[in-house]
Amino acid sequence: MIYSPGTRHQTAAEGRNAMGTTLTAAAPTTARPATRRNYARRYWPFIVPAGAAVFAVILFPWLFTLFMSVHDWHIGGGIGFTGPANYLRMLTDERFGLAVLRTLYFTALSVLFPMLLGIAAAACFHREFPGRGLARTIFILPMMATPVAVALVWTMMFHPQLGVLNYLLTTLGLPPSEWVYAANTVIPTLVLVETWQWTPLVMLIVLGGLASLPTDPYEAADLDGASAWQVFRHVTLPLVWPFILAAAVIRGIDALKAFDTIFVISNGGPGTASETLNILLYLQAFSFYDMGYASAVVVVFFALVLLITLLMLWTRRQATL
Amino acid sequence: MSKVGSRTLGRRAGLYASVFALISPAILVFLWMLSLAFKNEVDNTAFPPVFIPNPPTLDNFVQVFAKNDFLLYAWNSVVVSFGATGIALLIGVPAGYGIAKARATRAALLILVARITPGLAYLIPLFLLFQWLGLTGTLTALVVAHLVITIPIVAWIMIGFFEGLPAELEEAALVDGATIWQAFRHVALPLARPGITVATILAFIFSWNNFIFGVVLAGRSTRTLPVAVYNVLTFEQVSWGPLAAAALLVTAPVLLLTLLMQREIVAGLTAGGVKGG
Repeated sequence: MIYSPGTRHQTAAEGRNAMGTTLTAAAPTTARPATRRNYARRYWPFIVPAGAAVFAVILFPWLFTLFMSVHDWHIGGGIGFTGPANYLRMLTDERFGLAVLRTLYFTALSVLFPMLLGIAAAACFHREFPGRGLARTIFILPMMATPVAVALVWTMMFHPQLGVLNYLLTTLGLPPSEWVYAANTVIPTLVLVETWQWTPLVMLIVLGGLASLPTDPYEAADLDGASAWQVFRHVTLPLVWPFILAAAVIRGIDALKAFDTIFVISNGGPGTASETLNILLYLQAFSFYDMGYASAVVVVFFALVLLITLLMLWTRRQATL
Repeated sequence: MSKVGSRTLGRRAGLYASVFALISPAILVFLWMLSLAFKNEVDNTAFPPVFIPNPPTLDNFVQVFAKNDFLLYAWNSVVVSFGATGIALLIGVPAGYGIAKARATRAALLILVARITPGLAYLIPLFLLFQWLGLTGTLTALVVAHLVITIPIVAWIMIGFFEGLPAELEEAALVDGATIWQAFRHVALPLARPGITVATILAFIFSWNNFIFGVVLAGRSTRTLPVAVYNVLTFEQVSWGPLAAAALLVTAPVLLLTLLMQREIVAGLTAGGVKGG
């Protein structure tokens, strides 16, 4: 959902004036901005209900969060203005700092592996073969399945003594793993679940890119006698690159926001070994009922998500392969 | 000749092997879910594990229904998901049309911000608001909260869809004296039906799957299925069979919908990279 929708059909409204009739050749260019605005205004009534809903359930929470973040606000306690105290507290809160680092670690891995596998999968599913539709549907089932339900099954599979995964590992002659029951394996294990679940989305976006490839450059490359590698490097990759980056941005945002599987499978544990920002937030708000501090963390968390999104979009603009 | 033939054959085999490797993790997890759900308790905790239920038993499912208000939770899920999807369609489809036609990039950007924002950012203020209004633990609160997921999905898919429609038909209607509303209602809307189908399915699925809103906002009797499976079953009965059976029941409608409507779902997801919460 990264493409700005306004950019796709630049020509749609340009040929029409305020009356909705089609202008033929030369519309005076000076009059155009005014007519455009008039034209757009007629469609506002369509947007107003959504605007109201967005205000109620999206914008209001935001303003309220900002308000709370500068107050000492405990449920059941008093409310007092504290200024930047909640924000300053984060600087010295070691638990918060570690949560940020964990979130970045988890996100980096949860972008890397789904991207690699997703691109490979897209290359496979782009080829025609019998049974492709069914295989593709099975492949996307993990991302459609209810995350909590799937997470519970993974939890049972990760059981160190009775779990099926350790049985499979030992059968293959590999040492068993502690999975989510040890501090050093819990995040890689959660990344495994995240990869399992969200590789399909990367695949679908890249597959969409592959499907939109024009045939002309390939014919030209063929005429010029380009090798398969050259075709891939100089034709396919530059054309698909925007889709790959879009997929990476979406994956990055979703990985930062990951909650359900972590919450259900490890609940931030063992200890705090898998306590990401989202989990910490949940605990602060709904276990400790410290709404003021939680709100400040939300603001910083959102800033982090926004920063990483913009950074990735910026790379997308810079990267011209 | 035969060399070329064996080479293409080799590539074919390689492709099938890769596809098999790619889909086997999905198959394994879902098969294991089935296996756990249909095995008796002794087999479920046996080591080495028993893979095929022999004989398959329905005891786990019976337990799920007998020991919990599973039907109540299912009903809650149905009410919340249908409610949130229905309202999102009423609001989001015209919005998508308006944004596409007026090319209101800023409005579209706002929807994008809604997509980026972590669910907990909505939850803390909404939780306090509902508490203040006395709505905590009601289905109304859950439906409203789920709009955070469904409206952006519907609006975003519809923006893309209305932009893709040829403008000529509506223009003709407008020239013939139709109002802008009539052009929307009688020209654009019927053409956009495939887009509405896609938006409905995806909004419904992501609302059905949502966990975090229910965990915070639902009361004892208003739990949706994912919350019920997590809350009730994990704490009150730790045995694996009923847990797997319940998990299977929760996710089965979504999996069936995906299998039946895979073409629409793939189209919608490819266009938007949609995901709720």
